[in-house]
Amino acid sequence: MFRAKVIIKRRPSILDPQGKAVEKGAQHLGLTNIKNTRIGKYIEFDVLSENREEAEKEVNEYCNKLLANPIMEDYEFTLEEVK
Amino acid sequence: MKPKFGVVVFPGSNCDHDAYYVIKKILGHDVNFLWHKENNLNDSNVIILPGGFSYGDYLRTGAIARFSPIMNSVIDFANKGGIVIGICNGFQILLEAGLLPGVMLRNISLQFVCKDVYLSTENRRTIFTEQIPFDKKAIKIPIAHGEGNYFASEDVLKELQDNDQIVFRYSDSNGNVIDEVNPNGSLLNIAGIINHKGNVLGMMPHPERACDSVLGKTDGQFIFKSIINYLTN
Repeated sequence: MFRAKVIIKRRPSILDPQGKAVEKGAQHLGLTNIKNTRIGKYIEFDVLSENREEAEKEVNEYCNKLLANPIMEDYEFTLEEVK
Repeated sequence: MKPKFGVVVFPGSNCDHDAYYVIKKILGHDVNFLWHKENNLNDSNVIILPGGFSYGDYLRTGAIARFSPIMNSVIDFANKGGIVIGICNGFQILLEAGLLPGVMLRNISLQFVCKDVYLSTENRRTIFTEQIPFDKKAIKIPIAHGEGNYFASEDVLKELQDNDQIVFRYSDSNGNVIDEVNPNGSLLNIAGIINHKGNVLGMMPHPERACDSVLGKTDGQFIFKSIINYLTN
C-alpha cells in the first residue's frame, strides 16, 4: 500500500483572488515582507497497490480526471510505501 | 417534435423546482425530474442542468457532479446533438464535463453576487436565442453565484469569438458591454456560451428566475420559448 500526498496549485498565469485577499490580511498584521500568496489544495489518500508504478499511474489518473482541473491547475505528489 | 424537458437533480441542486415550474406551469410543456443516479433520460429531448451547489461544490464547482451516472447519458445525448442547457451550477458542470471549454474562477470580488443583471445577446441565430426580439437591446436576468468568473486560454477565447459561440455578455440596460457592469471578472464579460455545434448552452444567469410575471421580470422566457419553438417548428 502507498500513501499519496498531492499538492494542487493554481497555474501561475491564473489569478488567485483568494490569495490576494488573504495577503491583505498579512499586511494588516504588519507582515509587510509577505508577497505572492497563492492558495492551493493538499489532499492525501491511500492507494491499495503493491506496485509503485501502478500506484503512480492511478494517482495520475485521479489527479488528471478529478482532483485537478488541468485548465487552471498543476499538481505534484509523493508516494510513500506503507507496510 | 413535442418538447419534453428533463431536469437533472443532483444532491445539492436547488433551482431544479424553479426550472420544472417554469416549463410545466408557465409554458405548459412536458417535464420530468431525472435523478442523478439514473442513466435513463426518459425520452427527454431537452436536458436542463439546474443551478445549485451539487455535492456542496466540494473540490471544484461541478467537479463531482460531472461523474454522476446520469452525466454519461447527458454527454452521450449532447454528443449526438441533443439540446442541453446548463444554468449556473449546471454551466459549471458542463465545463467540468468538457462539453463546453474553459473554467470558472472565484468571482474577482470574492463575494457571492446575487442581483439582476443585463445581458447583451451576441448571437441570435441559436436554438436558445432566436426568440429574443431584435429590438431588445438587453435582457434582464438575475445572477446568484460565487464562482462565475469565466476563464479560458487566449486560443479558446479566439475560437469562441471566431465561431460566434459567445451568446451572452454582461452589459448595461442598453446592451453596451462595458467593464463597469462585469459582476464577476469574466473574460470578455462572458455570461453564456454554446458549443461548436450549437446544441449545448451554458449560462451563469438564471433565466428560470425571470419567467413568472409575479416576480417582476419575464425575459427568461425568451430562452425557453426559443428551444420550444425550435423543437416544434
